[in-house]
Amino acid sequence: MDFNISDISNYLPLVILASVILVSLVIEMYVKNAGKILPWLTIISFLVIAYQSLLSVGNQGVFFNGMLATGGQVNIFYFIFNFGAAIVGLLTVDYLKKTGIYHGEFYILVQSAVLGMMMIASARDLVMVFIGLEQMSLCFYILAGFARKRPFSTEAALKYFLLGSFATGFIVYGLGLLYGATHTLNITKLYEVFTFEQTNILGIIGLTLFFIGFAFKIAAVPFHMWVPDVYQGAPTTTTALMSTGGKAAAFAALILVISPAFSKERAVDILTPLIALFATLSMLYGSVTAILQTDIKRMLAYSSIAHAGYILIGLAAGNKEGVDGMIFYLAAYTFMNLGAFGIIALIEDKEEKNLSIKDYSGLGTKYPLLAGLLAVFMFALSGIPPFAGFFGKYYVFIAAIKADLVWLALVGILSSVISVYFYIRLIVVMYFSKDECKLEVVNSNSAMIGIIVSAILIVVMGILPGSVINLISKF
Amino acid sequence: MENSFILTLLLLLPIVGSLLVLLLPKENHQLTRIAGLAISVVIFIVSMFLYFSFDPANANFQFTQKIEWVKGLGIYYHVGIDGMSILLVLLTTFMTPLALLSTWSSIDVKVKEFTFFMLMLEAGMLGVFLSLDLFLFYIFWEAMLIPMYFIIGIWGGKNRIYASVKFFIYTMAGSLLMLVAIVWLANSGTTFTTDLLELYKQGPTLEPSKQNWLFLAFAISFAIKVPLFPLHTWLPDAHVEAPTAGSVILAGVLLKMGTYGLIRFNLPLFPEGVREYASVISILAVIGIIYGALVAMVQKDMKKLVAYSSVSHLGFVVLGIFGLTVESMQGAIIQMVNHGLSTGALFLLVGYIYERTHTREIADYGGIAKIVPLYATILLIVSLSSIGVPGLNGFVGEFLILVGSFKSPILGSPYYTIIAATGVIFAAVYLLWMYQRVCLETVKNEKMNLLTDLNTREMITLVPFLLFIFWIGIYPSTFLRLSEAFSSNIVSTVMGALAK
Repeated sequence: MDFNISDISNYLPLVILASVILVSLVIEMYVKNAGKILPWLTIISFLVIAYQSLLSVGNQGVFFNGMLATGGQVNIFYFIFNFGAAIVGLLTVDYLKKTGIYHGEFYILVQSAVLGMMMIASARDLVMVFIGLEQMSLCFYILAGFARKRPFSTEAALKYFLLGSFATGFIVYGLGLLYGATHTLNITKLYEVFTFEQTNILGIIGLTLFFIGFAFKIAAVPFHMWVPDVYQGAPTTTTALMSTGGKAAAFAALILVISPAFSKERAVDILTPLIALFATLSMLYGSVTAILQTDIKRMLAYSSIAHAGYILIGLAAGNKEGVDGMIFYLAAYTFMNLGAFGIIALIEDKEEKNLSIKDYSGLGTKYPLLAGLLAVFMFALSGIPPFAGFFGKYYVFIAAIKADLVWLALVGILSSVISVYFYIRLIVVMYFSKDECKLEVVNSNSAMIGIIVSAILIVVMGILPGSVINLISKF
Repeated sequence: MENSFILTLLLLLPIVGSLLVLLLPKENHQLTRIAGLAISVVIFIVSMFLYFSFDPANANFQFTQKIEWVKGLGIYYHVGIDGMSILLVLLTTFMTPLALLSTWSSIDVKVKEFTFFMLMLEAGMLGVFLSLDLFLFYIFWEAMLIPMYFIIGIWGGKNRIYASVKFFIYTMAGSLLMLVAIVWLANSGTTFTTDLLELYKQGPTLEPSKQNWLFLAFAISFAIKVPLFPLHTWLPDAHVEAPTAGSVILAGVLLKMGTYGLIRFNLPLFPEGVREYASVISILAVIGIIYGALVAMVQKDMKKLVAYSSVSHLGFVVLGIFGLTVESMQGAIIQMVNHGLSTGALFLLVGYIYERTHTREIADYGGIAKIVPLYATILLIVSLSSIGVPGLNGFVGEFLILVGSFKSPILGSPYYTIIAATGVIFAAVYLLWMYQRVCLETVKNEKMNLLTDLNTREMITLVPFLLFIFWIGIYPSTFLRLSEAFSSNIVSTVMGALAK
């Protein structure tokens, strides 16, 4: 056993969050006005963890018998999860009150979900990946159905749960086959014996099943069917967390498990076509279908499918740039999507009103700040410079071209052009339509802080991507 | 002159200025207008300093500044100016204050936003002309779509939504293709870099087939912007729907970004592509000259007529570029400026009369020369300049282009020029015919008797145009000498690479 108490500084983020969950449970049970304390406790601890993760980013190490790793990319993912979750917390404070679905459990579930994400990112053992994934997914199932009196929310939870468990089945099956083929679940050891030769057909199928299971989690076509309904039905801030942190965590698992496979011979013949196929389908299907949507949350759900496709380009490339590009893209995507969902949550009224794209007409005149910010997020999502979304795309295109996947980059472009249409349609509605704006937005200072911080981040990451890239590519 | 700060200052001024405009009170339109005008005039003055300290004999980039921007990816903040870009930079800084002044009364909603977008647009255009790094160039090239999109979409005419979305998606499709080509090109050397001067060395050494592909990717993106036939269909829509200031900037500067790109990137980076496609592009340019002129002839709407005349005039510029002789290159560069002046002024004039009558139908007018003599005189001068009558600016550019392309070794046939020259005749037909129907003949429409002539503010916006129309027409050397060293340098570089 190599357990050493002095190592605790390395996995401090995990320890802090686990303790916060326990404390929160106690507060929720015994403190009278827990409703005032819990949100801020959650937000502050997320921020502290995010800060701590960045601080100890150079502190790399593997602990608990090779189960957990910290430092480097892991900590960058910690930062994305926690900072993102802190913004979700800010967006949620007034949203839950407004929609009348406040229960203290919400924050505790968010904390547990983030702990699950962190476990996925730091796992070095496939069982650990699985445990983290389940921890995260279970919390999401409940969070999706959190507005339990709304039929759509309940439907979302049930759909998500059933299809999610189905996907988990794929993953477990894959793990079983991988274990059978290599006699280990430790990722490093696994790749010492793993080959893409025909003799290892069991292992290859195992790896493919594992990928398919996660394709479900990242919302890649053809395993995307749950996404629109769940994104639409779940409370908006839950959707925000699912579509950013949840997606980033699933991609972290893919980076962890699939990327090292590219060092093996023939990986390019087997893995690249498979992943590129998923990427192509996701980008095109997501972009085309999003055009048809009238509900803004559904539109962003399809946009999320398309973005999964762009990020998969980085995975398909299978090189260092690909991984770095994915991480940069995920960070950028997290903040642009959080911002967009934050504004939607702010505009949304009780009983799921004001969620249709038409409701946004004239927003530019009545609420110039909100409309301006939403326009920034839309331009960022459509990948127009100087916002961070553009640089993310640029980065994965570099990876694709370095890996001789020019055609995949061209598909990415085709899809980007299609997607511009629905992103700017929202701007058309907000600014160019002469209709009177009927919205009455109840201001929320905390949500505005979250939205503005996201906007600043995507502008800064777009104009000065250098320091972020240096940080990511160092590891 | 290494590491000079002036170009960065030129880029920062409109950005900072536009942000300052946002801080002004919303209701005070007059203050916003004055602030916007003042900022753009300051920018013009700074650019005049550039003009006076620019060394025309030097064919290299001047006032350069280079800072590493993104380390691992070989991206630099690298700006500089040469004999071609200085003219376009001056054109930009010259047009923006006039465009702002022209909207003094016509734009009366969301003035603050309008001024903000106009200044942002100026920053974007300057960035495009100053960038010496492909990534930096791309950022400005794309970012500039946003303000133009808003300008058409918010302050445009009836069909503005269709026009703005079409404009946006059309240009975006072309640019993204270029983006992949940029990445591909950046990756082709030993180190990954988008620094243009580095790529100038790398590009011509690539295999011919690769050069051809890259050439096409860049050329399509620029051809959309020019716009080259048959990729021009967004232009009439965008022009007709855009507010006057938008049309002025669109015609005056934005379209030049396409021809600028062809000269700056396509020619020196991919000489093999030039060899392969020069004749195809020139044929399209000639078709565009004739087609644009014929379509302009049958237009009933004045603004649409001017818009189609742009397709025709820019055909000349493209023909001049791919003629690849010093004369035709000089002609192409000066013609970019000329077209900006003539078409910009035409759009202003159409806009001013539209403000009074709210119609652009040629048939609604007639005989207004007696009612508004000043207006009619200026319209005549500008129309003649656009036609290319000797003594006015248009002649200089078109003449040089025709002479240059006639003896062009790349095109290898005088027929391009012969057909293109008929475009000049057509230009006379459509413009003079429009002039006849609008200003001459008898007054058919009673309402026209109430027209008022140009006011002082409108005259202030037009006089600078007239000044340069005559200046270039009578003494073009002031401007030609700026681009002379550049033109002979680029022609000899490309011809040298082709001779190998």
